[in-house]
Amino acid sequence: MKVRASTMVKITFIQPDDSEQVVEAEPGVTLMEAAKLNDVPGIEAECGGACACATCHVYVDDAWREKTGVPAQMEEDMLDFAFDVRETSRLSCQIKLTPELDGLVVRVPAKQF
Amino acid sequence: MSTDASPAAAAAPIETDAVIIGAGPVGLFAVFELGLVDIKAHVIDILDKPGGQCAELYPEKPIYDIPALPTVTGQELTDRLLEQIKPFGAEFHLGERVDVLQRLPDGRFNLKTDAGTEFNTKVVVIAAGGGSFTPKRPPLAGIEAFEGTSVLYSVRRMEALRDKRVLIVGGGDSALDWTLALQPVAKSITLLHRRDEFRAAPNSVQKMRQLVETGDVRLMIGQVTSLDGTGNQLEGATVKTKEGEERIGVDAMLPFFGLTMKLGPVAEWGLALNENLIPVDTEKFETSEQGIFAVGDINTYPGKLKLILSGFHEVALMAQQAHKYVYPGKKLMFQYTTSSSNLQKKLGVS
Repeated sequence: MKVRASTMVKITFIQPDDSEQVVEAEPGVTLMEAAKLNDVPGIEAECGGACACATCHVYVDDAWREKTGVPAQMEEDMLDFAFDVRETSRLSCQIKLTPELDGLVVRVPAKQF
Repeated sequence: MSTDASPAAAAAPIETDAVIIGAGPVGLFAVFELGLVDIKAHVIDILDKPGGQCAELYPEKPIYDIPALPTVTGQELTDRLLEQIKPFGAEFHLGERVDVLQRLPDGRFNLKTDAGTEFNTKVVVIAAGGGSFTPKRPPLAGIEAFEGTSVLYSVRRMEALRDKRVLIVGGGDSALDWTLALQPVAKSITLLHRRDEFRAAPNSVQKMRQLVETGDVRLMIGQVTSLDGTGNQLEGATVKTKEGEERIGVDAMLPFFGLTMKLGPVAEWGLALNENLIPVDTEKFETSEQGIFAVGDINTYPGKLKLILSGFHEVALMAQQAHKYVYPGKKLMFQYTTSSSNLQKKLGVS
């Protein structure tokens, strides 16, 4: 099965030192999976995507917050276990990539814990 | 609630054939496979309940890749395994971390836990998954200096906090329980949480709200941004709230941000390691030390998949080799539980 490049979703991860990494992922995978598949530093995802550890915490760029939506109750609860939580905080395992998120920009926190 | 640890008992070491480190699904099934070949095991786990990650991280979440169970939650899987291994009478030592593992002059192994329990055993099975669950440390500059004296992740003695100004951080049951328990003891309690919503038992939340109402507990909505103090004594915490930053004077801080997995003391046992995993062969799942096995998520070998399913397979083969060490010279006949009256007797079904 071939995936045409044009169907891939581009995401920019910005590290705490402001360095940027642009990765491509297939729609349908989560933002956390896209980070792990592309070895993005700072996304630990200790629980493997079960929304159970809060070590895949990211800050969604303001321009993208409407499209990524707000955390569900379970995710909001789990964010209590993250550090330096902001209004833009999300757990990347709970953001499913769609073609609408092509171009998404997120920041990786200084530390996941 | 106070977990006054009994002083390191001078009791004689427990003499046994096998010690399993880790009570996750793979550690539990190791009890079964060892039991079938007449090896009785003691099981040690740092958590206060069996199940490992299944019980701690995803008790309510379904697992879909356990053979013959189309869907099962982490807790159900744990409960079923506990039922399955019941006939073998393994003894559990929960809430204990194995700190020391060393070989004895007679070839066996000596293990010591942080609670002072000691074992002498013929074989050791490390089924420690991602390592030991340890409290998350808030990434605040200089926090290490205060840990153990004025930054505490668990309270061993409430008296140590008498007449102290205590800052409790978090919004779950631990944070709320300690707020309520320490309020009569401490000089002052500040409960700090990032939002004005709590995941704790409604009853505790209600009690906390009452104490806030009467001015006996100060509730702050915000996050700690820095700590200050002298030596190992915390003196203040700077808290960022919606209104801005405020420094509050505190003598102790109790952060409750859940648990994370750290390899922990396993790294100090002299075993060959590869990126925090223990390399094993795929015939016996034995480590670089004869008689010490590693199974489940903590091991690595070509083609390793971190699946519960793989761990189950690994313990079955491990038990064959363990039998050679525990019963040297005794031939082990391969048998099926379906047809062997001998195995069925052990399982208590015949």
